[in-house]
Amino acid sequence: MISFSKHKLATAAAVFILLLLAVAVAAPWVAPYPPEETFFDGLTLEGAPLAPNGKYWLGTDLLGRDLLSRVIFGAQTSLIIGVVANGVALTIGTLVGVTAGFLRGWVGGALMRFTDLMMCFPALLLAIVLAAVFTPSLWIVALVIAMVNWVQIARVVYTQTVSLSERGFVEAVRSLGASSSRILFRHIVPHLLPTVIVWGTLGIATTVLLEATLSYLGIGVQPPTPSWGNIIFENQSYFATAPWLVFIPGGAIVLMAVAFNVLGDALRTALDPTLKDRRA
Amino acid sequence: MTRYLLGRIAQAVLLLIGVSFITFLLLYILPADPARQIAGRSATPDTVETIRKQLGLDLPFHQQYGRYLTNLAQGDLGRSYAQKTEVAEIVAARLPATLLLMTAAITCELIIGLGIGIFAAVRQGSRSDSGAMVLSFVGVSTPQFVAGILMLYVFAVQLDWFPVGGYGEFRHLVLPALTLGMLGAGWYSRMMRSSMIEVLTQDYIRTARAKGASERRVILLHALRNALLPIIAMIGIDIGLFMSGAVVVESVFGWPGIGQLAWQAIQQVDIPIIMGVTLVAAVAIVLGNLVADLVAPLVDPRIRIR
Repeated sequence: MISFSKHKLATAAAVFILLLLAVAVAAPWVAPYPPEETFFDGLTLEGAPLAPNGKYWLGTDLLGRDLLSRVIFGAQTSLIIGVVANGVALTIGTLVGVTAGFLRGWVGGALMRFTDLMMCFPALLLAIVLAAVFTPSLWIVALVIAMVNWVQIARVVYTQTVSLSERGFVEAVRSLGASSSRILFRHIVPHLLPTVIVWGTLGIATTVLLEATLSYLGIGVQPPTPSWGNIIFENQSYFATAPWLVFIPGGAIVLMAVAFNVLGDALRTALDPTLKDRRA
Repeated sequence: MTRYLLGRIAQAVLLLIGVSFITFLLLYILPADPARQIAGRSATPDTVETIRKQLGLDLPFHQQYGRYLTNLAQGDLGRSYAQKTEVAEIVAARLPATLLLMTAAITCELIIGLGIGIFAAVRQGSRSDSGAMVLSFVGVSTPQFVAGILMLYVFAVQLDWFPVGGYGEFRHLVLPALTLGMLGAGWYSRMMRSSMIEVLTQDYIRTARAKGASERRVILLHALRNALLPIIAMIGIDIGLFMSGAVVVESVFGWPGIGQLAWQAIQQVDIPIIMGVTLVAAVAIVLGNLVADLVAPLVDPRIRIR
């Protein structure tokens, strides 16, 4: 029963992610208006944003731009950052983890001590410092997030690599005379794939949340480029009178993060043979 | 046992030195010139040069780091660009508010998170279990600012039960503490659930049941104590999550702690303040982990024997 309902949930999450991906790719055709265009009839006579109506389905924002179009293009921003930042973080994390776990010795020790050290810094504060060093743009934000998020992946991959290289089958191929690189690439790396896939999926959720938070603080993706975080940043003074301006992009962030978390968790149960609470 | 304790303390000291090196390195590579910032826009090149000498910015890298470490050891975190006062003083003045919020938030987190975790583990595989786990996913997937604004909208604007912001009375504390607590509870409930399920399969639980102990007694007296052990190790991680959350929640609710201080410093590009808060947060995480390591053998005798 539980596995069935979990499957249903994971399937729903996967479908939602595919849908989101389709919308983000087709944004220029799906969105009713250009996201950065301000409309003369987009504000009330007093200059307040419009409520959802026939012309602007989700209403307009504080500058009289179409909210629906901005949210659709915001999905593009989130996914680009999610994929790029997380891809870079995954690459760095895996390289550091595998190198440290396979070489051990002082190289491995030094790499892991550095990883431990980076874990002492709260992700958001470190990202803030880095964002203050570089002028924020879409790619810089992605890089900043990658520089913060690789740490956890490195830890997990390291632990996995160490435990794999102590297993019997690795010893067996080594005693058969296999070279180090053969052991690494033919026998260890393939076993790391499930871990990397799981953390890659979960990492997109973390990345999307961090991007939204940085953009909300005004040091992430800069307006007029729409991102779900900076839509809220720009419109938050209207939250009492025009709550949809905050809660529609906010709901979008939550849905996207839930989808990636649910999918990642389902993949973990499906792929990770070492999982303790598998019987659950 | 003594070796274990000394080892952990030595490790924490090394981490703290590492932390100081990283913060120094970040300051060193920052493009903003502290001498120019302190001197102000209208200063002559000579004045800037004098200040640079005073601050020791003309020294080579390792000497600058030495100075930085000596200053840190004396509690000197540098001067704020915007407020022209000592960073250490500004941060110290803001710290009590953050500690109060942290205590309240972590209390909420534990009550909600552990409660849901135990509930889900006991009803493992039922509809309420999957419901609770979906809820925990929503908790870990909601950004603090969205939850914070939602709380403000519902409980401050619509229902008018609590003030929109402020500091000083209990009613000001409720919404920010609940916001952080509800979201943090997402992690705790998942951890607690899997830990509890693991413990419930063990032999001594079967023995307790066979001896006729009531289910409530088995869960709360026998299982809970062991299920809590992995949760203690989360203290350090939790302080890190809290510090990140505090920046957002304190700025949403106008809570005058170091999180709001960091947020204000972002607006003014006041780098010494941002670095000061980062350093304090990192020290808090190292100390949190140390406390968790020191408490662990007290509650889990198995570590004492090793």
